[in-house]
Amino acid sequence: MRYSGLKVITEGLFGNKGWTPAWRDPSPKADYDVVIIGGGGHGLSTAYYLAKNHGITNVAVLEKGYLGSGNIGRNTTIVRANYFLPGNSEFYSHSMKLWEGLEADLNYNVMHSQRGLINLFHSDGQRDAFVRRGNAMINQGDDAILLDRDGVREHLPYLDFDNTRFPINGGLLHPRGGSARHDAVAWGYARGADQRGVDLIQNCEVTGIDIQGGKVVGVQTTRGAIRAKKVGIVVAGRSSQVAAMAGMRLPIESHVLQAFVTEGLKPVINHVISFGMGHFYISQSDKGGLVFGGDLDFYASYAARGNLPMVEHVMEAGMTLMPMIGRAKVLRSWGGIMDMSPDGSPIIDKTHVDGLFIDCGWNYGGFKAVPASGWCMAHLMATGEPHEVAAKFRLDRFATGHLLDEEGTGSQHNLH
Amino acid sequence: MRLTCPLCGERDRREFYYYGAEDYLHRPSEGAPLAEWDSYLHLRDNPAGVTKDLWYHEAGCSQWLLVTRNTVTHEISSVEMVAGRKA
Repeated sequence: MRYSGLKVITEGLFGNKGWTPAWRDPSPKADYDVVIIGGGGHGLSTAYYLAKNHGITNVAVLEKGYLGSGNIGRNTTIVRANYFLPGNSEFYSHSMKLWEGLEADLNYNVMHSQRGLINLFHSDGQRDAFVRRGNAMINQGDDAILLDRDGVREHLPYLDFDNTRFPINGGLLHPRGGSARHDAVAWGYARGADQRGVDLIQNCEVTGIDIQGGKVVGVQTTRGAIRAKKVGIVVAGRSSQVAAMAGMRLPIESHVLQAFVTEGLKPVINHVISFGMGHFYISQSDKGGLVFGGDLDFYASYAARGNLPMVEHVMEAGMTLMPMIGRAKVLRSWGGIMDMSPDGSPIIDKTHVDGLFIDCGWNYGGFKAVPASGWCMAHLMATGEPHEVAAKFRLDRFATGHLLDEEGTGSQHNLH
Repeated sequence: MRLTCPLCGERDRREFYYYGAEDYLHRPSEGAPLAEWDSYLHLRDNPAGVTKDLWYHEAGCSQWLLVTRNTVTHEISSVEMVAGRKA
């Protein structure tokens, strides 16, 4: 079924009786060309682009819960292409271009809104770093505008400009940055993949990876054994557990990252804003809730909930930056499990097992990468060669020293 | 989360600095192959369940602590000093 405005109107006139499920609920077949482990954003987009770009449609996506039940439904929905390092810059730029055509491509409203992202700076050193970053973004063909204090005030008059401890000296505006409806991204890719023949299999947990003579031959699941010529591991925070089934130890440590949302309010915050002197960033969802988050709790965790010190820090930083939000009530908070790599950048690569591929290490930035990650993972699985914009996301780069340390803080698990 | 430091007693999580998995206690010898260094620095078991990791009592007694805890429940089952342990 093709969605359109006309369809919404006609269905509305006739009691909404003509809608059909957006995807099938098939039982697993015994044999597939490709099995993707993980039905989140990255897994679903990988399946979609395998079918669309490479004509590989005998594909199953295996999800242990329901589709989109992991980080794709738990993030703060920021879409941006403001990376600095060669290797990251071209990848996120490619992702941004895919976002810009995503709704037309998927025939699905993912509510992508390029409302502009402003990273604030509070010192001369930060300004210089942002000038450099902005130039790198412009060199990549993306957009960046340096705002002075008055420029920021024009966009964000409600910030506390009188704060003497953390003066707002300006900001880097990334006009094409913004947000999207996170669940709809998973649903749109799921529907698109299903329409092209991909089997989306839910409540199907992978319990083993079958390897014969150094080559992957299938997976064991809670719904039986499934043979496959190629297998992709796309499971974010659980990457270490699934990779261990193939005898691998990954350069990944899983950490908890908390996020918060307030009650619904009338439109007050029209951009995505990040504070430069504490861990706080915020945007307003289309439903009206202020969605904000901070930094990791900073210890290995799978608890999907955090501790109070980071809650306190995020609230303090928010109140310092924009005291007006103190009037809003926090509706809920939650935690997601981040697959942290030592240098803070992702991995899309082959493994030591023939036919087994892995896409992980998305740290706290996986949402904006969903389109390009699927695009590049599909390219790698279909052709056996890395896609040119993901060529530096190698699994062995920590051993070889070819790090992608965007923050420049070092290559160690507790530094990003 | 609160940790019970063997020297200082039960203290708030904010007094401690998390360093990482206990792998850091097993430093390869100077001439060890690169793969061992890669494993020591980067590769992790990263278990969902009981784990052992290193914490530093930064705002307390400055001791390095080996903490046994559950990464799923945040339950802490033991905290011992690294100093004086037998390797």
